[in-house]
Amino acid sequence: MKDFRKGLGCGLPIGFGYLSVSFTFGILAVSYGFEWWQAVLISMTTLTSAGQLAGIGIMIDPGQYIQMLISQLTINIRYSFMSVSLSQKTSPEFSGIRRWIFGFFMTDEIFAVASGESQVSTRFFAGLTVAPYFGWTLGTLFGAVLGNVLPEFIMNALCLAIYGMFIAIIAPKAKDSMKLLSVVIVAIALSCAFYYVPILSVVSQGLSISLCAVIAAVFGAVTFPVKEGELHE
Amino acid sequence: MNNKEFWIYLLIMAGSTYLIRAIPFAAVQKKIQNVFIRSFLYYIPYTVLAAMTFPTALYATGNIYAAAAGLIVAMIFAVRGHSLTIVAVMSCVTVMAVTFLMTMSI
Repeated sequence: MKDFRKGLGCGLPIGFGYLSVSFTFGILAVSYGFEWWQAVLISMTTLTSAGQLAGIGIMIDPGQYIQMLISQLTINIRYSFMSVSLSQKTSPEFSGIRRWIFGFFMTDEIFAVASGESQVSTRFFAGLTVAPYFGWTLGTLFGAVLGNVLPEFIMNALCLAIYGMFIAIIAPKAKDSMKLLSVVIVAIALSCAFYYVPILSVVSQGLSISLCAVIAAVFGAVTFPVKEGELHE
Repeated sequence: MNNKEFWIYLLIMAGSTYLIRAIPFAAVQKKIQNVFIRSFLYYIPYTVLAAMTFPTALYATGNIYAAAAGLIVAMIFAVRGHSLTIVAVMSCVTVMAVTFLMTMSI
């Protein structure tokens, strides 16, 4: 129980962060013509920000099942890397059916916080998922039902919440490691190239994120290989 | 979009997202010894988040100056070791403040 409670506590800031981010998703989904329960169901079953955002954009047109599959695979391929990465830190009892159940909750932020631990037990991970899951679901519900009551400038500001959270995950680690900082700068440079260079900007956003991330990580692994001891900083 | 189409779309979206997370998590049970792969896996979460944030976040609020200010404030608070929530809230507050000030001065 101690592990579960610790996980619960670590998940709270993610839960609050998700509340504001999924609030935006709820508003957007309703503005696209979805019912409130459809928006909530999407959040409860999919639990991902970028994938859902791209998903509802595809769903408003009929019959684009292949496009849906391709967009989800390219946007979400990063989760595969995260799953493999975290598989290296789990305690021995965290195996088999437990992996199949809790693999569902592998989001960027849950992964990032779990990665900060030297060893991840099932109970810790289970506790960690509670607040983010409820935050993501409730935020979508509130956004879908109440969204239109908020003034526009507040809505716009809330859109930055998810990115603030990403920076909060990267910056403290990059501050302490020149290697990581260099690799992150390469990723940002590539991402800007895909955004601003006309020939490259035809690549869809989901695919370009995966490409930039993989190229920068390969660059890091070749130029600054990380030794065993450094991985548990 | 009718009801049936919604359910098919939902199944594809939720199903593919689940499998892409769960299969690698369940399949890799051993410790990976290869230094290259270990290093790659160490860097990947940070490169993903960095590529998702820049430059997209600059255009997330409808006001590029407010977004830039929000991101800089987020970096300052994050480097000082504040929690995810504090960093996220401060970046939003900054966006509101800058947007408000710019509207006033016009």
